[in-house]
Amino acid sequence: MSVNHAQRVDLEVVAGLIPAQARVLDVGSGDGLLLELLQATKQVDGRGMELSQRGVNECVARGLSVIQGDADKDLKFYPDKGFDFVVLSQTLQATRNPKLVLDELLRIGKHAIVSFPNFGHWRVRLSLFLDGRMPVTKDLPYSWYDTPNIHFCTIRDFVNLCDELGATVEKATALDANGQKIGLSMPWWFWNFFGQQAVFLLRR
Amino acid sequence: MVALRTKRTNNEADEPSSPVLRFDADKPLKLDAGTLLSPFQIAYKTYGTLNDARSNAILVCHALTGDQHVASTNPVTGKPGWWEVLIGPGKIIDTSRFFVICSNVIGGCLGSTGPASTNPATGKPYGLDLPIITIRDMVRAQLMLVDHFGIEKLFSVLGGSMGGMQVLQWASSYPERVFSALPIATGARHSSQNIAFHEVGRQAVMADPEWHGGKYFEQGKRPEKGLAVARMAAHITYLSEAALHRKFGRNLQDREALTFGFDADFQIESYLRHQGMTFVDRFDANSYLYMTRAMDYFDLAADHGGRLADAFAGTKTRFCLVSFTSDWLFPTEESRSVVHALNAAGASVSFVEIETDRGHDAFLLDEPELFAAINGFIASAARARGLSA
Repeated sequence: MSVNHAQRVDLEVVAGLIPAQARVLDVGSGDGLLLELLQATKQVDGRGMELSQRGVNECVARGLSVIQGDADKDLKFYPDKGFDFVVLSQTLQATRNPKLVLDELLRIGKHAIVSFPNFGHWRVRLSLFLDGRMPVTKDLPYSWYDTPNIHFCTIRDFVNLCDELGATVEKATALDANGQKIGLSMPWWFWNFFGQQAVFLLRR
Repeated sequence: MVALRTKRTNNEADEPSSPVLRFDADKPLKLDAGTLLSPFQIAYKTYGTLNDARSNAILVCHALTGDQHVASTNPVTGKPGWWEVLIGPGKIIDTSRFFVICSNVIGGCLGSTGPASTNPATGKPYGLDLPIITIRDMVRAQLMLVDHFGIEKLFSVLGGSMGGMQVLQWASSYPERVFSALPIATGARHSSQNIAFHEVGRQAVMADPEWHGGKYFEQGKRPEKGLAVARMAAHITYLSEAALHRKFGRNLQDREALTFGFDADFQIESYLRHQGMTFVDRFDANSYLYMTRAMDYFDLAADHGGRLADAFAGTKTRFCLVSFTSDWLFPTEESRSVVHALNAAGASVSFVEIETDRGHDAFLLDEPELFAAINGFIASAARARGLSA
């Protein structure tokens, strides 16, 4: 469900937002990288949901508490505020109904953490502007016809969606092409241009 | 020959070759049917050693026609224990580390009180005078066994099919006694289709003239034909179309051409007949009626106002559910509905669906992905329970 794992610098940022011993649900937990990181460094009570059965079986074999499930369909079974943090890392763009999914994250978690690749990044814009082709970068390695990522957005698009859903942005981080945090003092347009990935901490 | 078989099964029912725990009049078993069963007995096997903290006990619950001989040679068939691929010294469920308990369920025929046991009131086998037994009754009896060992909290309860139903019942009835639960290839209720297959089996048994209204032992008879047919029909539901085709196809049995008769021309016919015949050697027909009824009556949500999540409200137990893609007796959806209920209850739950064409019986077979899932789950639960490796 998620994009390639070699470039998961966002995981460190996500982990940095979560306090020790928190109850965490990782939606789109992939091969369990984040859950393992959180259990090792933060001793969280971590659960995962992953679409691919192979990913789930690997996670369970490694002792992680993960179920096979679809973010678009199965979040409704979780009770309100059942978790301190619900994480959706690099998965929003692969959901069929990102608005509904985000709404569910805000319902289930006291906080929601969402990370996604920024489609407003200058390389993406350049690819479309100069080549006239859908971008294929190291963060977005798929061609248009085989990509699981069906709902790309820019940082600005995402901020608008948060407004629409009545979500408060508690913290936001943009990472540049080298995985470095972009200065907090920079304006949104700057983030939207130079941020390759974004990590948002939200609540409602 | 028939008399010999009759005697042997009957003896195993009253005087099993495994240890027995007897409960006298002061400790009756309260049954869902509204009566008390007393006196009664539980036949069981244990493997490994209970540690000083009594924290390393694993209860294994057997399926419809299983028994307590989970990890050692079966005294009736002479075959290996039914889950020896999984349980034993150095195995995934390592008996040099865990204390494994497996008991014959109430209503069974290998030593726990069941329809083949002698009714102390009459001196004859209970037959149909035994009250109907439910999954919850089986679990209530197991609790008395666990209490006998002085085990406050079981490290894990696991089982497949009807065994999985018992696991779910344990977790629901006694959540504080179950640290982790592993229900495999099971569901929180028996589906209409499953009840239908069971009814076919029961009718086959009862249509056999040797059944004698359930009093066949008194006639020195057994309804072997009826029970064999019941087993043949049931056995098909344990496999899958793909696996049957892979194993047997339309292959002929020891012949070059069709015989234009009703002999077992096809390998699959011969195989099923063999399954039926060997089954009647080891299982009591009335017990088969009671076991199938217990599964039919199982509906965990119905016991909680129709809301399955309420069966697990506030549970601290760690769950891992496993289903198999080709299981049409307990399809993945049955496990998934339990997972959703556990999610709603805020429970810690893992859920693995395993790709295989081996059908329902896959849980009894050497399935590497099943073993990997059980291994990962048990290892992490053991760490959480503070059990050393």
